Amino acid sequence: MSVILNAGEINRALRRISHEILEKNHGSADVVLLGIPTRGAHLSLRIAQEIESIEKNSVRHGILDITMYRDDLKMRSPRPLLPTEIPSGGIDNAHVVLVDDVFYSGRTIRAALDAINEVGRPRTVQLAVLIDRGHRELPIRADYVGKNIPTAKEESVRVHLLETDGVDQVVIENRKSS
Amino acid sequence: MNHLLSINDVTRESALEILDTAAELSRLSENSIKKFPTLRGRTVVNLFFEDSTRTRISFEAAAKRLSADVINFSAKGSSLSKGESLKDTALTLQAMGADAVVIRHSASGAAHQLARQKWMSGAVINAGDGTHEHPTQALLDAFTIRRNLANGEGDLKGLRVGIVGDILHSRVARSNVLLLQKLGATVVLIAPPTLLPVGVEKWGTEISFNLDEEIDEVDVIMMLRVQRERMDDLFFPTEREYSRNFGLNNERIQRMKKGAIVMHPGPMNRGLEISADSADSKRSVIVEQVANGVSVRMAVLYLLLGGSQ
Repeated sequence: MSVILNAGEINRALRRISHEILEKNHGSADVVLLGIPTRGAHLSLRIAQEIESIEKNSVRHGILDITMYRDDLKMRSPRPLLPTEIPSGGIDNAHVVLVDDVFYSGRTIRAALDAINEVGRPRTVQLAVLIDRGHRELPIRADYVGKNIPTAKEESVRVHLLETDGVDQVVIENRKSS
Repeated sequence: MNHLLSINDVTRESALEILDTAAELSRLSENSIKKFPTLRGRTVVNLFFEDSTRTRISFEAAAKRLSADVINFSAKGSSLSKGESLKDTALTLQAMGADAVVIRHSASGAAHQLARQKWMSGAVINAGDGTHEHPTQALLDAFTIRRNLANGEGDLKGLRVGIVGDILHSRVARSNVLLLQKLGATVVLIAPPTLLPVGVEKWGTEISFNLDEEIDEVDVIMMLRVQRERMDDLFFPTEREYSRNFGLNNERIQRMKKGAIVMHPGPMNRGLEISADSADSKRSVIVEQVANGVSVRMAVLYLLLGGSQ
């Protein structure tokens, strides 16, 4: 197991992503951040706080659970549903920024795009991830990346956050040895 | 969990999981998301050997909101009237590739029979078998109680639920007694002795023969339909007397605790076990029960069919 991002590096990455989101969307007025549970939701909240402290203006943010839209439901036991919270005002005509922790096959994001489709019609959908580890199985890319980490498929990347794991760090471990 | 046949097979944890899932689904459908692609390509067969409005429509709506294909089968107009057995019907369904069968039958144990005999590989959901059980009704009742009296979360500890009337013929009462006690509620059965089944003292509930003594004690009063179609004997002298002693009327509603609710699984005999003004009173959550039924059945279908088999 090796640590690839520590608490300070995670914070700096999120701060940069926040600035990039503001730059690309000309401010925060039409932006809606949607975090994918569990850790994406915490990251989205942190980005929202960062944007608020930069702009002195609140940004709309929520949570989007994608369990019901997964394409691998038939392959594993049913997962419990997690709460979805769409900010008031909806997402029609907004710049929706999906936030997730690790970007891997792209299937989670595909499911999220389906879920968004049910909620409304945003002007654009963008993607922010803390870690991009490659191995895409679908033609989907991220707009904002905390860190690109080339990995082997046998390795697994784990994001630990204060909110869920009591510590901020990203580790990479080999599945066979751990 | 491969089938839902009896509340006996449902642990407290999986009951709470069903209720939590239903709560989230109901919140989502209030916030604009009406349909999910989750069960696309799966087939749910509604196999109804006995009349039903609410349960069948509710299962149909639940399956459709999860994008499953629904086949409705009712005994009337089918080959059953030509003498086909349950086994041959099941084999037919298997050949058609049913992933889940929702069965209502007038014989107690019909759902167990269908699940145990391995005539078909799909999941079996009991939607009422004779006078035995009706597990999804109990789940939606628990969901409704939790939403009204327990902030919509956790269990039902500390609540006192009165179930009134035809306990003898009621599968709803049996399933509710099992589930509500599992979730920590105290149940009191209120009925004339002739409408209590043999062995009821072993159910772990309190028993009362007097509705007036209990009406101001309970948090929930659940009225049961007098099941005329199953009454092959004289269980009470006259309907008027039954209604006076065990019917819910405005005077009794006035005496209920603050915040206490009135439930009825439907269909109601207005004027017999429940007066029209009680059924429509502010305490009544009878219509809400129906709405909650769809969310609870979606949760059951999702948890049974959503994952790998």
